[in-house]
Amino acid sequence: MTARTRLPHLLMFAGIVYFVVPLLWVVVAATKSQPGLLSSPALWFADEFSLVDNVRQLFREDDGAYGRWIANTALYSGVSALGATSLAALAGYGLARFSFPGKRLFETALLGMIMVPATALVLPTYLILSELEVVDTAWAVILPSLLSPFGTYLIRVYVAESVPVELLEAARIDRAGELRIFWRIVLPMMRPALVTVFLFTLVATWNNYFLPLVMLSDADLYPLTVGLTTWFNTAQQEAGTRVLFNLVVTGSLLAIVPLVVAFVLLQRFWRSGAGAGALK
Amino acid sequence: MTGARVGGRRRVTAHPVAGALFVLPFFLVVVAFLVVPLGYAFWLSLSSRSLALGTRFTGLENYARAFTDPVLLDGLVRVALFGAVQIPVMLGVALAGALALDAVKTRFAAVFRLVAFMPYAVPAVIGALMWGFLYSRTFGPFADAPTWFGGEPVDFFGTSWLLLSLGNIVTWAWTGYNMIILYSALQGVPRETYEAAVIDGASQVQLALRVKVPAIRSAIGLASIFAVIGTMQFFTEPHVMARFAPQISSGYTPNLYAYNQAFAYSDFHYSAAISFALGFLVFVVAYAVVFVRRRGVRP
Repeated sequence: MTARTRLPHLLMFAGIVYFVVPLLWVVVAATKSQPGLLSSPALWFADEFSLVDNVRQLFREDDGAYGRWIANTALYSGVSALGATSLAALAGYGLARFSFPGKRLFETALLGMIMVPATALVLPTYLILSELEVVDTAWAVILPSLLSPFGTYLIRVYVAESVPVELLEAARIDRAGELRIFWRIVLPMMRPALVTVFLFTLVATWNNYFLPLVMLSDADLYPLTVGLTTWFNTAQQEAGTRVLFNLVVTGSLLAIVPLVVAFVLLQRFWRSGAGAGALK
Repeated sequence: MTGARVGGRRRVTAHPVAGALFVLPFFLVVVAFLVVPLGYAFWLSLSSRSLALGTRFTGLENYARAFTDPVLLDGLVRVALFGAVQIPVMLGVALAGALALDAVKTRFAAVFRLVAFMPYAVPAVIGALMWGFLYSRTFGPFADAPTWFGGEPVDFFGTSWLLLSLGNIVTWAWTGYNMIILYSALQGVPRETYEAAVIDGASQVQLALRVKVPAIRSAIGLASIFAVIGTMQFFTEPHVMARFAPQISSGYTPNLYAYNQAFAYSDFHYSAAISFALGFLVFVVAYAVVFVRRRGVRP
């Protein structure tokens, strides 16, 4: 290592330790029983290895609530991400390659929409949906999650850069319908941008807490984030009677594993998404 | 709309109705879940409800109440203070990380890039729970660390540490994300830009600070806008950490206050006023940052 690269390497080493220690802690702690959690060193294994027991107990507790929460989370985030990406694909293409009255205004408003804080919308949306008697259903979480101004913006930028007008014109000369052009020509060309928007909205809904916390009161409908906090709250209140800390920890580990794995596999899309944000 | 001539070639016209139809579904979602809720919140905020008088129009009274409400103002000051420390620290570290990644292309750097980005995949709730355990005296390794050297244990949930403890959670979660944004921006800077500086004998550090950082100014600005927006909506971490730290009151952050006004005190009118005012404030601050940034680019 030359003197020139020593400073960056030191910095990166410190960073790795900082970012990884909490994750290591969850991995280690998930292998401990409730007493083991309290009696063993925080960053090292306890004498007995209880991961399998913990997982078994995790899926049995509250009649298998954890399994339902996983299924709910997958459903909410999958449907929301698919819907938001479809809407963004249509609108992004419409804005990038057509002109129609009010387009300029809408594009200007789009940048403003990105800056509207999501949480300012949650409470009034709750009130409206409760008037319509939609709260405490899956729709109450899915429908508001379809709104992704940033996704639309990203796709608009992508289409403007990489879908040549000439190609669309050629298709129009051949008398292809607009929907057919979109489906057969534009959509395949947009694939990298679609994957990026899909992943970002997927993670956003997967990780969302405020929206489902406000919208849902039926524990059977909870996603992982809300479910785990209710267990944690119970664990804090009932410390002594029914202690759940080992389940909260193991549940946390299992909840982040799929995302971290998806991350490692799909790195380049994250980078291109973040990069598109940066090039604004 | 027909026959716009670009580059001397006759264009085959896209039908404007088709374009509008492509945008329509998204537009409807915007209306239903952005325009209507904002409008509804505003309308709701203009009235109040009491047992004696029922619901009645009170104009801007809720806003007058909000901006003289000591709990809300304390929350605003707390969040402003939090952001004033946390955002520069986070962006500073993210920038240093991005510059390090840009300077060395080893396998180690690739590992660092991946590991730093990982906390972004961890839901904020779980991040807060994990750190809550790590901070606690019974579960975590850090609180008792000073006692090994004969010191006092640290109370991470105590009043003097609480904001720092929360700041660390947010920094842990978002530094890597910002680093990737800044790193991507650095990748987009043409390498020729650096050559002149290198010929003039600039050191790596000078090159980084004098050439690279100014070149990605707009990405830094963008990252700071998103950080400001996020900070002003601060909710999840304090809401989860309140179980560890009882002094996180119902008005610890403005957003927590709005939530509690609605769900603990059923005062939806006042809650709407707080939400709307907060949203408006975020909007103004975000645009102010954009404005200052534009001014900064051309002094």
